[in-house]
Amino acid sequence: MRRSFLAAAAAALWLAAAPASARDLTIVSWGGAYQDAQREVYFRPFSQATGIRFVEDSWDGGIGVLRTRMQSGNNTWDLVQVESEELLLGCEEGLFEKLDFARIGGRDHYVPEAVHDCGIGTILYNFVLAWDRAKFQGTPTWADFWNVERFPGKRGLRRGVKMNLEYALLADGVPANQVYATLRTEAGIDRAFRMLDRLKPHIVWWQSSAQAPQILGAGEVLMTSAPNGRITNANRTERRNFGIQWAGSLYTIDSWVIMKGSPNAEQAYRFLAFAANPQVQARLIPLIPYGGTAKGANDGLPPDLLEVSPTNPANLSVSLMIDDQFWLDNLDRLSQRFNAWLAR
Amino acid sequence: MQEIAAIETGKAAAALARRARRAGCGPKLSAALLVLPLLLFVLVAFAAPIAAMLARGLADPEVGPVLPRTLAALEGWNGAALPDDAAFAALVEDLRDARAAGTLPVAAGRLNHDTAGLRTTLVASARRLAAPFEGPAREAVLRADPAWGQVETWGAIVRARGPWTDFFLLAALDLRRDATGAIGPVPADQAVFRTIFVRTFWIAAMVTAITLVAGYPLAALIALARPGVSAVLLFLVLLPFWTSLLVRTAAWMVLLAREGVVNHALVALGLFGAPQQLLFNRFAVVIAMVHILLPFMVLPLYAVMRQIPPIHLRAAASLGAHPASAFRRVWLPQTLPGIGAGCLMVFIQALGFYITPALLGGGADQMLPYFIGFYANQTVNWGLAAALSLLLLAATLAIVGLYGRLVGFSAVRTA
Repeated sequence: MRRSFLAAAAAALWLAAAPASARDLTIVSWGGAYQDAQREVYFRPFSQATGIRFVEDSWDGGIGVLRTRMQSGNNTWDLVQVESEELLLGCEEGLFEKLDFARIGGRDHYVPEAVHDCGIGTILYNFVLAWDRAKFQGTPTWADFWNVERFPGKRGLRRGVKMNLEYALLADGVPANQVYATLRTEAGIDRAFRMLDRLKPHIVWWQSSAQAPQILGAGEVLMTSAPNGRITNANRTERRNFGIQWAGSLYTIDSWVIMKGSPNAEQAYRFLAFAANPQVQARLIPLIPYGGTAKGANDGLPPDLLEVSPTNPANLSVSLMIDDQFWLDNLDRLSQRFNAWLAR
Repeated sequence: MQEIAAIETGKAAAALARRARRAGCGPKLSAALLVLPLLLFVLVAFAAPIAAMLARGLADPEVGPVLPRTLAALEGWNGAALPDDAAFAALVEDLRDARAAGTLPVAAGRLNHDTAGLRTTLVASARRLAAPFEGPAREAVLRADPAWGQVETWGAIVRARGPWTDFFLLAALDLRRDATGAIGPVPADQAVFRTIFVRTFWIAAMVTAITLVAGYPLAALIALARPGVSAVLLFLVLLPFWTSLLVRTAAWMVLLAREGVVNHALVALGLFGAPQQLLFNRFAVVIAMVHILLPFMVLPLYAVMRQIPPIHLRAAASLGAHPASAFRRVWLPQTLPGIGAGCLMVFIQALGFYITPALLGGGADQMLPYFIGFYANQTVNWGLAAALSLLLLAATLAIVGLYGRLVGFSAVRTA
């Protein structure tokens, strides 16, 4: 009697536990070459070291996707890589678990900007001023970028308002730590648009990230704004000699989050603890030039990798973090104004 | 006996009639059944999604269900001064419920499309007002976010009450309503769409005119050439037609680049001292669009010209007409249906060009489809994207209708 009761209880427990154990830890990232690199550096070594099995998925971002998954009650994702805006919104909406940092090395283990209540940064990357060393000697600043009298030639900028207002203010001599405070005033926005006005006839607008190194290499522009990864990749794979100006570059961080109520939270924490190891993080940068977020992730890197690493302290200290709160509030209005300005 | 015969005859007649009906109906029915899959496909995969998307330009479903009490309290509010205490109290209740139910973010995003910063105002206010507070609701709400002390904040909520709205359509025409409901122009630094509409139609008209001027002699050459030659020429016209639009656009990028083929040729010929900027301007957009759309002009023209008996021109000449006069009075009038069909096809397709201006144009060369994509993908303002699509579709239909009135569709011959 007692035995059969136990057996029944065990069966019931097994049934209750089945949905949790039936599914392996599901890790979701951006796909493509980046996720291939992540698999090499993080996923497989983690699985080998701990014996925890995982499955992968990929997505293109968008907070709506995460909302729908949580609302449908059929969320099969455990650990998801999100952009900073999704981190902010999803945390506010309670889509993610609040992280227990004691289990992943503590807050001080990471560069401060990568730490968030709901997520831990995994890569940091920049939008930089890039130029072709074959055509321009020296290292131009944003002020030089705007100075077409002294350095004649076209300039490449992304067709959109985000980041261009920041560059304009930096070029106008606003200190990096005052850029967003200035943009939060109407006078500051007008000032940025006046700067863009001055440069307008000389701007070639690019739209997708791949276009930035392309127009630079084809000689359409003398300098351009560009994602740092695209520039380094062009140097590595197309043997370009593009330079990167880290001073006055803007950066953002992609983070790991654990989806709320994930049955695999335990495994997810163990993954995050594994991925927190700076020696592990340092293996990513030879494959893809994004910076690791653990302190010490740049220690021992050879000079050529250190030079292109966004979290190299020499690079990070002169960069400015994109203010997501500002853009969440103002992207609609400023996009409209930018489009109207562009159409004139 | 006769009765029986009559009945038999009646039966036979009825059977005959049934058979006749079936024979008449049968082909029609089976034809309808054969077309049915296509009809269903068009309805499900084409008409329904378009209708659903366009409806989003008129629907405003996000805010109404989230702030029902606030909207009820704002019923009859004139929009001149801040609403009464009841609205503030209703807002507190609505925000608390919405925060608990997780429905706030979508409504907050919708209000941010209207007024910058309202997303944060709603979410932050809901967080601050979630805990119980002392004193009147009005003061607590104003403490939570000073934006609630502005009439336009409440005006934005009223504008978004739904379920239907003209907000997006007005925005697509650079208009908006203020808190009192009066329609006025948007601030000058936000006005963009009228310029874009004019530009889109101007580029499409320019491309149509150039394809006509370039395509007409080519079509005539093909129609009048010996059969062998005309087949080769026709093949050459069709060859780019079979190449992907993206590939052809990319080819123009290579040709027109600063260090590209065209620039090298111009410099080598001594026409320019240094390479010119040929890309990222209106010129590049128009030339690539003309190239891509040329077959749509040549083919209907060729189809019509081929049917004009060559003897007509000879007859005109033998009656003493000057070649120019023969062309103008005999040949040209007979090609009008081809000109109409070609222009209509080129113009309507040109209105929808997206990739080519995006890759080859500068900031001031983007056409309406670029902005539809921009609002759908970048600011995720589907209402505005749908309203722009709606206006583009309406304008296109108006042009087709005008063409039908002026030229008549029976005259359109494409093959």
